[in-house]
Amino acid sequence: MPMITYREALHQALREEMSRDERVVVFGEDVVAYGGAYGVTSGLAKDFGDHRIMDTPIAEGVIGGAAVGAAMGGLRPVAELMTINFALLASDALINHAAKVLHMFGGQMSVPLVVRMVGGGGAQLASTHSQSFEVMFAHVPGLKVVTPATPADAKGLLKSAIRDDDPVLCIEHALLYRVRGEVPEGEFLVSLGKAEVKREGKDITLVAYSRMTLVALEAADRLREEGIEAEVVDLRSLRPLDMETVLASVRKTNRAVTIEETWRTYGIGAEVASRIQEEAFDYLDAPIQRVAGVEVPIPYAKHLEQAAIPDAKRVVEAVKQLLVRTGG
Amino acid sequence: MVSEVVMPKMGYDMTEGTIVRWVKQEGDEVKHGEVIAEIETTKVTVEVEAYGSGVLRKIMVSEGQTVPVGEVIAVIAGRDEAIPGIEEKSAPAVTEAPRPAASSAEAAVGAKEEPGPRVAASPVARQIARQQGVDLKLIRGTGPGGRIIKEDVEAFLKKRPAEVPRPAPVPTAAAPAAAPLEIPHEERDLSRIRQTIARRMAESKRVAPHFYVTSDINMTEVLKLRQSLNALVEERGKISVTDMLVKAAAKTLREFPEVNASFAEGKLRVYQRINIGIAVALDQGLVTPVIADCDTKPLSQIAHEAKEMVERARTGRLRPEDFTPGTFTISNLGMFDVEEFVAVINPPEAAILAVGSVTARPVVVDGEVKAADRMKVTLSADHRVLDGAVAARFLQRFKLFLEQPLHLVS
Amino acid sequence: MEGKTVTKVAQSGLDKKTLLKFLHEMLLIRKFEDKAGELYARGKIAGFLHLYNGEEAVAVGAVSALQKHDLLITHYRDHGHGIAKGIDVNRCMAELLGKATGCAKGRGGSMHFFDASLGFYGGWAIVAGHLPLAVGLGLASNILGKNQVTLCVFGDGATNNGYFHEALNLAKLWTVPVVFLCENNLYGMGTAVHRASAVTEMYKKAAAYNIPAEQVDGMDVLAVREATDKAVDHVRKGNGPYFLEVITYRFRGHSMADPILYRDKGEVDEWKQRDPIVTFRQKLETEGLLSAQEVEQIERETDEMIAEAVRFAEASPDPPLSDLYEDIYANP
Repeated sequence: MPMITYREALHQALREEMSRDERVVVFGEDVVAYGGAYGVTSGLAKDFGDHRIMDTPIAEGVIGGAAVGAAMGGLRPVAELMTINFALLASDALINHAAKVLHMFGGQMSVPLVVRMVGGGGAQLASTHSQSFEVMFAHVPGLKVVTPATPADAKGLLKSAIRDDDPVLCIEHALLYRVRGEVPEGEFLVSLGKAEVKREGKDITLVAYSRMTLVALEAADRLREEGIEAEVVDLRSLRPLDMETVLASVRKTNRAVTIEETWRTYGIGAEVASRIQEEAFDYLDAPIQRVAGVEVPIPYAKHLEQAAIPDAKRVVEAVKQLLVRTGG
Repeated sequence: MVSEVVMPKMGYDMTEGTIVRWVKQEGDEVKHGEVIAEIETTKVTVEVEAYGSGVLRKIMVSEGQTVPVGEVIAVIAGRDEAIPGIEEKSAPAVTEAPRPAASSAEAAVGAKEEPGPRVAASPVARQIARQQGVDLKLIRGTGPGGRIIKEDVEAFLKKRPAEVPRPAPVPTAAAPAAAPLEIPHEERDLSRIRQTIARRMAESKRVAPHFYVTSDINMTEVLKLRQSLNALVEERGKISVTDMLVKAAAKTLREFPEVNASFAEGKLRVYQRINIGIAVALDQGLVTPVIADCDTKPLSQIAHEAKEMVERARTGRLRPEDFTPGTFTISNLGMFDVEEFVAVINPPEAAILAVGSVTARPVVVDGEVKAADRMKVTLSADHRVLDGAVAARFLQRFKLFLEQPLHLVS
Repeated sequence: MEGKTVTKVAQSGLDKKTLLKFLHEMLLIRKFEDKAGELYARGKIAGFLHLYNGEEAVAVGAVSALQKHDLLITHYRDHGHGIAKGIDVNRCMAELLGKATGCAKGRGGSMHFFDASLGFYGGWAIVAGHLPLAVGLGLASNILGKNQVTLCVFGDGATNNGYFHEALNLAKLWTVPVVFLCENNLYGMGTAVHRASAVTEMYKKAAAYNIPAEQVDGMDVLAVREATDKAVDHVRKGNGPYFLEVITYRFRGHSMADPILYRDKGEVDEWKQRDPIVTFRQKLETEGLLSAQEVEQIERETDEMIAEAVRFAEASPDPPLSDLYEDIYANP
């Protein structure tokens, strides 16, 4: 299987879906000549022409709204926002409109759109360009949210998102575009709403998504050196949320740590932990721990930024705190 | 004269009791020996008698409350006698308005709480313990903060003897999604008797290595003898098969002192009295009142004592002397048409005799098949105290006493 | 003021059938709104209710310039547009009563009428939020070659919102077939135009995006029709968006809860002299195009339709509770 980058995997997904279905169009900030803020759409204009891929002004409100209208008009738009931080300006279109059309108008019309955006921090872009707002969107019934961690998932999830008849937000991570991984060529789909066990283990379940999946895997490596076998569940989709895979793992290991880059309060970990105790309380051998971003605006200075974002060391510490034995 | 009524000790292993009912109320006149309350011990409900005369001035422990043995539960004194150290109800308190509903709700909630500190155990540890019938109090937690975790319960179960019957694992696959782990059920509180049985029997099986020896006894002669004896006496004096078994056992035990013994702290404790318990099934559970010194009592007296004691047991009126420590127990399920069964030793005793029904069965006598009244008994014995051969000889002798029953009245 | 007015009916070039249809539709909308107001007062309709009385000529005139497959997307004061685009008044009334037979199955209510089959793509209640959607609908028409015009209706208040400017800008950049129709009824809720907008003539705002625009008398159904014809023709030919500012007036409050403290009764009475239904009828009568019997027939028919709509709505079932969980996702 070819080793390609996360960026190339996303590009491949777009290219394949645009070839497969003429209704698939791409528009967004700097997607044509510039090739996208992170280079994902580079070269698409040359091959598909300017009626299939279009630049927009840096005006996220109309990008989001036009995507909703285009979908209602029969297209399958893939809109690109430069970053999730800008998505706040598109959130009205996504939350008040995209998420409502099917239900509020009596089931007459669905909105098959994808909005791609980069989220997360770690690139020293300071407070307004390093945030993780996936919780905000995953909170909304009617939206779907995917957060690929690997190149293969990036391709498979984006292709599935484009084919899905509902509005899907594809939240990529700034530090993952250059990560390489094996990606199947051609038709390769990853179902929305299906988590994946990225690594098996018997002692504890680490629940993560997006870049934190890689952090969890690194933590699992370190834990193995100490004889602790951690199982890593990559949520992949935040809505629909695949709790079955999480619960199956927790029923096996009896312990869980959630890992997220977003702020801890009201976060993904809060939701996952709550669902675990609701649905698998009698399988728990310890309280569920959350490792999350610290509750501050993310600063520019490198060491401050790093202190604000979870890393493998913090995951290992959290795991050990659960596994500490008091003699006997 | 001020007389304190304390929670009485009604048996060697009684540590606490629960007030079931106050027969007398504050302000009532009571006479020495009069029943003033009913209490429930781990075994039975018993009556508490006044040890002094006067007025029941103060009830210290309300109905439903459990207190340790020796604690003052009430005070009897003269009507106007000062009671040192005990606060009298003040006048306003007497006319106190009825307590609001909230208070009674609180009281009800409070009453449901387990006594003592809550054991810290993880949910999965609790679940396994529940399924396997393990008391978490017996397990030492090794998790964070001393919490009992799954591994602790599993380690405990590994140490537990394998033959302990465990409930079959609850199937989970077919269970409804809302409660994936358990079949719908009702959770009932254990009665004190049930709690005691659970604790003592589990302990017996865990600690005492049981072995079993069965014997088939020809009852023809003993039944004949019983018939002759009973023909001579009126209803109240009639002798039961169990009475005869008690007598036979007492005589056998006299000859086998090592069976009338206990394993105690690495030593054998060989008893000089022969006190035989008779297991009596009650609705609330099993009780085993004891007839003391059976070897010295004639069959008629054993019969008399047993009859009264069983009656007291059935009416929940056993007296402290009914719980003299036993040295051997007989459990007879013959009346339920049970042919034979195996009993769990009643600790700290060394053996228990499980008695089946008397039935007419074909036996070969002198090369001929004949019908005879037969009865099977199984002795469960503590291997730490005695060996198989001793048990076998014990049964052989026991059998002889029954098959040649004149020994019982000699 | 006030844009172009067609003075003589005969000059419109429309046949009598169309003219009578205008009168019929405007009356139907007026009576629908009056009945809705009454049912609201009687507690049969809940939530917000924004009535269209006084503005009927805009919806009827503009929508009549569209072809059947053209799209209409509008704001929350949407009953008139829905009826003009052809939604059965029974289903409109049922929607107001929150019934399963409503045009949005009782989920949308007054502000969220919808009928995809008639090209009525919704009443939208986030002010100016639907303007970008019109751009997307126009894009789809272009890419899929549908030659479909989108009429996007909004109020004067929407022109001060960022969405308005983002949408006009992108509409022009993408050359989408969208007619932006601003219903300037002089108040955004209770705030007079001059208090909310630095430019009080809305059509001038289109100039910032190089979009052709004009101002029209919204109390004259024929003037609205004529201007919309021109606008639709412009966009259908692929020239990109067109902007119409229609001057109109809302006879009733912003919503049922509006005490109308911000304008005096004299002003309202003055505008009522120009009631689009009364003036249009008078013109038809003056020019001999409408007989007393025809007036009576139209009155009777529209009365009956409204009475039937109320009967239908009241007799319709409530949506089943299971409906709550339906249609959250197309691919659940």
